[in-house]
Amino acid sequence: MKVMNCPLNGPRNVSEFVWGGEVKPLVDPSTFSDLDWGAYCFLENNTAGVVREWWCHVPTSYWFIAERNTVTDDIIRTYPASEIFDKRVDYAANKTGDKK
Amino acid sequence: MWPAFVPSGLFKYGLTKKYPAKRHFPAPKDLKQTYDVVIIGGGGHGLACAYYLARYHGITNVCVIEKGYLAGGNTARNTAIIRSNYLTPEGVAFYDQSVKLYQELSQEFDYNILYSERGHFTLAHTDAAMRTSRWRAEVNKQLGVNSELIYPEDIAKLCPSLNLSDKVRYPILGALYHPPGSIARHDAVAWGYARGAAEAGVEIHQQTAVTGIIVENGRVKGVQTTRGTVYANKVMQATAGSSSLIAKMAGFQLPIRTIPLQACVSVPVKPFLDQIIVSGSLHVYVSQSSRGELVMGGSTDPYSLYSTRSTLDFKEGLLGHMLELLPMLGELKILRQWAGMADMTPDFSPVMGKTPVENYYIDSGWGTWGFKATPVCGMTMAHTIATGEPHDLIKPFNLERFVTFAQVGEKGAASVGH
Repeated sequence: MKVMNCPLNGPRNVSEFVWGGEVKPLVDPSTFSDLDWGAYCFLENNTAGVVREWWCHVPTSYWFIAERNTVTDDIIRTYPASEIFDKRVDYAANKTGDKK
Repeated sequence: MWPAFVPSGLFKYGLTKKYPAKRHFPAPKDLKQTYDVVIIGGGGHGLACAYYLARYHGITNVCVIEKGYLAGGNTARNTAIIRSNYLTPEGVAFYDQSVKLYQELSQEFDYNILYSERGHFTLAHTDAAMRTSRWRAEVNKQLGVNSELIYPEDIAKLCPSLNLSDKVRYPILGALYHPPGSIARHDAVAWGYARGAAEAGVEIHQQTAVTGIIVENGRVKGVQTTRGTVYANKVMQATAGSSSLIAKMAGFQLPIRTIPLQACVSVPVKPFLDQIIVSGSLHVYVSQSSRGELVMGGSTDPYSLYSTRSTLDFKEGLLGHMLELLPMLGELKILRQWAGMADMTPDFSPVMGKTPVENYYIDSGWGTWGFKATPVCGMTMAHTIATGEPHDLIKPFNLERFVTFAQVGEKGAASVGH
């Protein structure tokens, strides 16, 4: 049994968690083109090595961040998302509504 | 101590010069400085592409570069199932061409790939699965592919080994029956292509890793390897599992996540299961090889990993469900387990054809559906490289489809884990 340390619930069986993919920088929807959106949604670094990822503890619906080595299958560190996302981000309103 | 019977006839046969053993492939040579085409990856797909380039397009100055040994990656790790009962018209047309090529492959190679037509059953345990099965059957029929939805009374006649009782957690409500579903010997497929390509002049270099890709002004010039730099007019990558890492060397990203797919085989037993049984809801597929081993697989791992380790979780999940389908296997032992690194794409279709780098071609995104496509991939990628334009069959699988939102959704038919 592989154990993951949930920042909210402590060590739990990894089968209680869902993998959410790599953490990507947030994008500004008002300045993004369709092409940029496609790339943001689908293109992946797919790194072999240490990556920063979203994970969710399903029974408590708690999303957090894990640093994991994708070659050795070691979980290095888990922590609340607030460690990275620590301030409010305001996007400019898209006045024209046009797609770039 | 000598056995009671000494097979002296066999011993004599071994020493005779009358039937000389022939090398499958010529002995390795030095890497040349330039080639017309360099293919990165010596698995089934890369070798098939080299074969069709040399035999059907007259391009023989080709080099296949393989990091490990021939066909030792996912070509050696799949469960060797061949079928074309997909969901989208693009997918059905593509995989059906592959089945047709497979049927003739032993003749084409003069080399037995042990192609064995078994009949493929995708079991449905829910109303939703019945609906998808009916949908797939209708799409298939429209495109001339033999598939139909059948009910438990027909399943009982065609596949008497299956437990059709309703005293189980997920009773079988019906199945998508695809009579052309087959298995073949995966090593022989790769070796047949390698031998045919080598005889036509293709060089195959094993134990040679690509460490960099030379791109100048948006155009590929060659590759750096652990044995020196090789220049080429055209380069193709066919490195399932490591596709993203190679593409990164050429300077672009892919819509791919590398996720392990585990499988296992049982000890050999007498033939009892002629058919290929798949259950999407139970995450199980099983067939019996010509050696008598049950070849079993399930869904991909729950998260990405560049590793071929096996886990107990996977085996417990797979075998628990399998015992519901085939309860008489309760005492059967597992003989081997392994995993492959699968290129999972968001729409469960491959990524093939041209790339942002000129003269650099890609054959990737082969997730859990690569072996069955080996011949058609080789044929269409060879056409694409030789002419510079993607073959009609692979146009829908282009890399741009993800940013132009033209995905080819095959999740319902390509994978068991959904």
